[in-house]
Amino acid sequence: MYTKEELMQHATNIRKNIIKMVTNAKSGHPGGSLSSADILTTLYFNVMDIHSDNVNSLDRDRFVLSKGHASPLLYAVLKEKGLLEEDLLSFRMIDSNLQGHPNMNYVAGVDMSTGSLGQGISAAVGMAIANKLDKNDHRIYALMGDGESQEGQVWEAAMAAAHYKLDNLCAVLDYNELQIDGSVHDVMDPAPLDEKFQAFGWHVIEIDGHNYDEIANAFEEAKNVKGKPTLIFAHTIKGKGVSFMENNANWHGVAPTPEQCEAALKELGGE
Amino acid sequence: MAKIATREAYGKALMECVRTNPNIVVLDADLSGSTKSGSVKKVNPDIFFNMGIAEGNMMSVAAGLAASGKIAFASSFAMFAAGRAYEQIRNSIAYPALNVKICASHAGISVGEDGASHQCIEDIALMRVIPNMRVLQPADAVEAEQMIPEVVKMEGPVYVRMSRLATEQVHDENYKFVPGKVDVIHEGKDILIFASGLEVNEAKLACDELRKEGIDPTLVNVHTIKPLDEEGVVELAKKHKHIITVEEHSVIGGLGSAIAECLIKNYPTSVTMMGVQDTFAESGKPNELFKKYELDSTAIIKKVQEVYGNDKVER
Ligand SMILES: Cc1ncc(C[n+]2csc(CCOP(=O)(O)OP(=O)(O)O)c2C)c(N)n1
Ligand SMILES: [Mg+2]
Repeated sequence: MYTKEELMQHATNIRKNIIKMVTNAKSGHPGGSLSSADILTTLYFNVMDIHSDNVNSLDRDRFVLSKGHASPLLYAVLKEKGLLEEDLLSFRMIDSNLQGHPNMNYVAGVDMSTGSLGQGISAAVGMAIANKLDKNDHRIYALMGDGESQEGQVWEAAMAAAHYKLDNLCAVLDYNELQIDGSVHDVMDPAPLDEKFQAFGWHVIEIDGHNYDEIANAFEEAKNVKGKPTLIFAHTIKGKGVSFMENNANWHGVAPTPEQCEAALKELGGE
Repeated sequence: MAKIATREAYGKALMECVRTNPNIVVLDADLSGSTKSGSVKKVNPDIFFNMGIAEGNMMSVAAGLAASGKIAFASSFAMFAAGRAYEQIRNSIAYPALNVKICASHAGISVGEDGASHQCIEDIALMRVIPNMRVLQPADAVEAEQMIPEVVKMEGPVYVRMSRLATEQVHDENYKFVPGKVDVIHEGKDILIFASGLEVNEAKLACDELRKEGIDPTLVNVHTIKPLDEEGVVELAKKHKHIITVEEHSVIGGLGSAIAECLIKNYPTSVTMMGVQDTFAESGKPNELFKKYELDSTAIIKKVQEVYGNDKVER
């Protein structure tokens, strides 16, 4: 187990790499990558059973990035964990394995190809059913966006997960309250998401998605829930860690200039 | 002339249409800044509806609006309009022949860095096969701007395929868009090139080079893939020995297929099809992808030389 301080150091490295990758590619999605960084760091370093010996096997915990545009985060986490060979700066370049949206056939450790919102959570339901069938005790994790929850398919998946009592499935909803066209509440209000998932038969845990104790406790609690899937409803800040990106929808899918990159890296602690 | 994307022209033209036609409503699915449909908010915010990231719902809501007498424009990326909401388009919009204008942007591999999940190379095929559906694709911003007011006038469902990438203008300001008729950009001989969308510009660049070598192809812009101007296509085919189609779409089911279907019925001849060769593309810069997937002017030049060279040997 890593200490909170160690996790925070890893998350800082990951945030820096996100900024570098997106800047270098001159495209990509910094906002939603930064908002989920603390959650994914905790998940990969302290919760999931994944390491270089089992990365190519189904006999491990698996993760679906349903909000596939946060690919810089996933690649940076895999790199920080020592599971990724690719040069992070090949992100979004021609002939690279690090596609703009993740491709499971190109990168070991990417468990599902995603990018079209709403579909990843359904795939996670399928994986959780398969694990039940195969008496595989490993768990399935998924990360969704709050804008993504506007897709009807998310609710079809939510219904199916509860119907099949998938207590081996734990989804995290990144509630940063922003999507591309602005505030989720202005575009198409999905609230109250906690109550909706409860009504769909899920166990819901509400947390601050940047508080490491709360993140760790939520994943632990989810492991002990029986007979229903768990949703971790995480309040987050889009762009977290880079002050000029925080809570600003304009940083959803725009790359920083080299100067902005420098300022961001400085704020994250040098380099 | 400056490089402009067809989606930019769409936003501009739609603003004008909304200004003059009170019956138009506009819907988008959280991409109104990218598709440019959101421009109409400046004219009248009351007729713009952001439906959130819910394309299937958006299409059937558009159908309901049209069933109530509105002209409904619905926009998203091609992948999520034609792809995600396919069956809603087929059953809620096309089957009842409702007045919904699906104006999709970010079609094809010129989407670039987002990668294959966002590069729709199947939408012409998907939309073309639906009864009642028209399929249009402007070659540049000049054409897109004239096309949109004509789309407003058309009765029933229309799919308009547009691009993210800003490109050179193929047409000058004197161009007059004629609905339903193929647009002959240059009349040459021997080789006939049918192109659509951004490939019209690539083909034009190729033809400029080829003429220097003494090969003078005829270049035709097919802005209306369905219903196809069969008479125009056959008439042109009769005047040429070789036909090449080029499109930023799968070679299965798109422009090439439409041309081939028309010719096999009316004037059987062989057709060389350039397009994405039944594969998913990848992330990269649009020009790098055009090169790798053989859709740039260099690839067209090579293909024409090949076809023309074979012809010389035959003779
Ligand atoms: C089906 C589908 N429709 C549209 C898009 C384009 N798109 C990419 S990200 C995004 C907004 C996502 O917002 P949210 O889920 O809140 O993500 P986050 O704020 O965590 O980045 C949209 C509309 C898509 N990828 N898939
Ligand atoms: Mg969000």
